[in-house]
Amino acid sequence: MRALVVDDSRAMRSLLRQILVKLGVTDVIEAEDGVVAVKLVEGGPTPDLALVDWHMPVMNGLDLVVELRKRKEWRHMAIMMVTTESEHENMVRALLAGANEYLIKPFTADAVVEKLSLLGLHLEPAQVGETDGGAS
Amino acid sequence: MTTATAEDFEYLQRFIFERSAIVLAEEKQYLVDTRLLPVVQRTGVDSVADLVKALRRGDRSIETAVVDAMTTNETSWFRDAAPFEALRRLIFPDVIAQNAMRRRMSIWSAACSTGQELYSIAMLLDAEFPELGSWKLDLLGTDLSTSVVERARSGRFSSLEINRGLPASHLVKYFTREGAHFVIADQLRSKTKFELFNLARPWPPMADHDIILMRNVLIYFDIPTKQRVLEAARAHLRPGGFLMLGTAETTRGLVDGFTAVPAGGTTVYRREEA
Repeated sequence: MRALVVDDSRAMRSLLRQILVKLGVTDVIEAEDGVVAVKLVEGGPTPDLALVDWHMPVMNGLDLVVELRKRKEWRHMAIMMVTTESEHENMVRALLAGANEYLIKPFTADAVVEKLSLLGLHLEPAQVGETDGGAS
Repeated sequence: MTTATAEDFEYLQRFIFERSAIVLAEEKQYLVDTRLLPVVQRTGVDSVADLVKALRRGDRSIETAVVDAMTTNETSWFRDAAPFEALRRLIFPDVIAQNAMRRRMSIWSAACSTGQELYSIAMLLDAEFPELGSWKLDLLGTDLSTSVVERARSGRFSSLEINRGLPASHLVKYFTREGAHFVIADQLRSKTKFELFNLARPWPPMADHDIILMRNVLIYFDIPTKQRVLEAARAHLRPGGFLMLGTAETTRGLVDGFTAVPAGGTTVYRREEA
């Protein structure tokens, strides 16, 4: 399984990578904004999962979701917003744009596992402990 | 049952940090009650304050029990897929058919903690059983601790709590944001009632239920208490009604009058006809 982590915070990317690796996802690619993310996805192979922050310079998370949903060959990609943005209206906008799930920062590793399971990605959480998702 | 004082909380905060490196924030004081009252019952002391006294004395078995209880994570929404599958596929359709004339359904979450189980049921009924729109739904949640019951009643959840297994579609449909919290919609909250209740003590008179959820509670009780609680649960279920227990719990070998029914990857217990 291939996962794309898009967040302008290096610390947050690293934390999400760490959680994914513990769940057995070893093919993790990272982007610091939407533009870099689109280039990475175009470079293939298409990720099965994208974890997308909202507030980023250059191209924000919402615009990235719109871009990712334009291409038919990327439709199978599960997209989860991982963000501090929790205004009701904006959450609805992200879901309407094509995001499949929504995780609000801060979060715990267990919350990631449960959300991925809602996306049909039942990953083995055996190694995931009390990791705190941080508040960035 | 007395609850923890601020001083008890400070002691526990330090104790948990030394043992598990987990920092309990001040606003998590309610967790002390949620998590420790079952330990109080199981270990036979009188209160959380006595539990703290035992910790100060260095009672090893109580230390382990407290660390275990305090380091468990937040309650999840739709916790464990199997029981909710059982409700969706077998139990709700069955009760709807049984009660078609009365147009009423009564559900009791008997160890409701901060309310996620009962609110999850309310969301499931609203989202997937629209035919119940005109029914009278009695959704009761009870717990041991006053502070926990009050939190359940408030329907307010932090983002840490809201993240735990709640589908985004339900988050936007059934919650509004108020500052740092998410509040459950009035349309659902108005169908629920939360009350204080100690399962291990004699039960006060109450109406019968179609479904009782009593998950991961019996594990805290000794065998005579388990038997007493299960007998009382049977007496408060309508014939043909369902009891749902935790994965590690069963009625088998403890009480008669239930039929084990496999459903949704778990086992539920149906009250036999009188």
